[in-house]
Amino acid sequence: MTRAYLALGLVALAGLAAAQQQNFDSVQIETVQVRPNIHMLVGAGSNVTVHTGEDGVLVVDTQFAPMSDKILAAVRALSDKPIRFVVNTHMHPDHIGGNERIASAGGTRAGGNVFGDIGNAARNRAEIVAHENVLKRLSFPGTATPAPQGAWPTVTFFGDQRDMLFNGEAVQMFHQPAAHTDGDILVFFRRSDVLSTGDVFVTTTYPYIDVAGGGHVNGIIAALNRIIGIAVPSNVEEGGTLIIPGHGRVTDEWEVVEYRDMVTIIRDRIQTMITRGMTIEQVKAARPTIDYDARFGADSGFWTTTMFVETVYRNLTAKS
Amino acid sequence: MRRPSIVASLVAGVLCVSAPAYAQADLSGIWQPRFHEDQPERLPGPELGDYLGLPITEGARKWAESWDPSRLTVPEHQCQVHISPYIYRGPMNVRIWEEKDPRTQEIVAIKQYISTYEQTRTIWMDGRPHPSPNTPHTWMGFSTGRWEGDMLTVTTTHIKQGWVRRNGLPQSDRTTMTERFIRTGNVMTHVTVVRDPVYLTEPLVKSQNFVLSLRELPQQNWLWVCLPVVEVADRPSEAQDVPAYFPGENPFLAETRKRRGLPEEALRGGAETMYPEFQQKLRGRR
Repeated sequence: MTRAYLALGLVALAGLAAAQQQNFDSVQIETVQVRPNIHMLVGAGSNVTVHTGEDGVLVVDTQFAPMSDKILAAVRALSDKPIRFVVNTHMHPDHIGGNERIASAGGTRAGGNVFGDIGNAARNRAEIVAHENVLKRLSFPGTATPAPQGAWPTVTFFGDQRDMLFNGEAVQMFHQPAAHTDGDILVFFRRSDVLSTGDVFVTTTYPYIDVAGGGHVNGIIAALNRIIGIAVPSNVEEGGTLIIPGHGRVTDEWEVVEYRDMVTIIRDRIQTMITRGMTIEQVKAARPTIDYDARFGADSGFWTTTMFVETVYRNLTAKS
Repeated sequence: MRRPSIVASLVAGVLCVSAPAYAQADLSGIWQPRFHEDQPERLPGPELGDYLGLPITEGARKWAESWDPSRLTVPEHQCQVHISPYIYRGPMNVRIWEEKDPRTQEIVAIKQYISTYEQTRTIWMDGRPHPSPNTPHTWMGFSTGRWEGDMLTVTTTHIKQGWVRRNGLPQSDRTTMTERFIRTGNVMTHVTVVRDPVYLTEPLVKSQNFVLSLRELPQQNWLWVCLPVVEVADRPSEAQDVPAYFPGENPFLAETRKRRGLPEEALRGGAETMYPEFQQKLRGRR
């Protein structure tokens, strides 16, 4: 991996971290009902999925830290049951910022020797569940995405998948290696037929590929195809499985299909240009994203069209 | 004016103001399209590379030039529905009825069932707002309506991405559509005004006519069954292959120009090609 390649990812990540400094006072939480027992919270940062039932509350992602009290108020408007689990789809600050505060407002079912050994310290916090790579990224000294210890995952998994039953529902977490980062998971509520994707799928921008965090365009495409594989539409490609993206609106499979097509087509164009010997400057000048820029592109901000094209180019030319 | 006349005028005025709007047309019934407008596009289908008369952006043109019809063989695309701004252009039947509040008999919604793709539209007439941008989009979108005299005016948002023309020209999910339904006897004229900030530079206005059917149609005429299948057995997975042409290398774009003898600048479309002055401009070049 070249220094320029790494620097590109770090610049984008710095932009994301800088967003934490913005003023959140005026941001309101919008609650969107997805199913009777599943809601999406929209505020500043990631979408938040709230799953409620008799066992308690499970929250997927927690936005930026300053949004925590507003998130908690929105959760409390949906359920007075304890928050049992916080699940992180990956390690970026707009997804894990509220971990510490929101987990502290919840509680774990603890007893027996565990309770005797560590008492309320275990009982008075919700578990934070994530892929092992999220814990590594958040806890490793000198990491690009520092987080206080209270925000670190307390339950992690190494392999491709982790399952749990909560509120009478199978909750399945699928690891998508080397996609947006190296710690992405999809969270599938199997009975409710709702899939929270994290940032491997967004409806707002080109996919942000965090190179320094282990991301790669081919992993993004693999993740999008996995979402399509999980989702089952109702009649004529509408409805059925509902999808909560990392950012943007609730969708069904169709929007993921169009998004998958777009990322694949752009990847293939840039690959062809590379094969024909074009330099990165020539590729950018050829505008391989021109037909999608008015919808997904940006000339400013933390993730511009130029950064996306450069990242895909460097992904495809990097030595493995 | 004498006092009795003033009173009579006031009474008459009050009666007029408080009277329900009975003047509204009734669109209920089964309607079938006539294809005298834009027939080649609507029944045989548009030709590849023909964007004449459409106010498209450069991005839309590039999207369409890269589009490979083989995309429709991908299972997830096989049952892709024509979105509401486009669906009325094709062969179809539409049944329209009113849903009324049983207590007040006020119209809550005007419903449409469209046989193509078995689509149901609900046009809310009860003054409700459009939902949040964060809610799902659908093929038909979210519609609200109001009567303007005898004309039903409908505003639709939350439409999924689809076609402006089904030769690859895209319409984005940020489109807003305004419709007018105008009944004249047994003929209904439907006018659409599509505004797409992503792929159109100006509003696109289209119209089509329908005739009232005096008979019910066979049940099968209302059905559209679509079950996707794998059509290309040896295709690599979509991770390796979404059918598309590399920019500038679609070999079929020149066919229409050669067959119809039209200049390329006309077929490329754009707002200029919508207006009569463009014909004069072309004549001046001959």
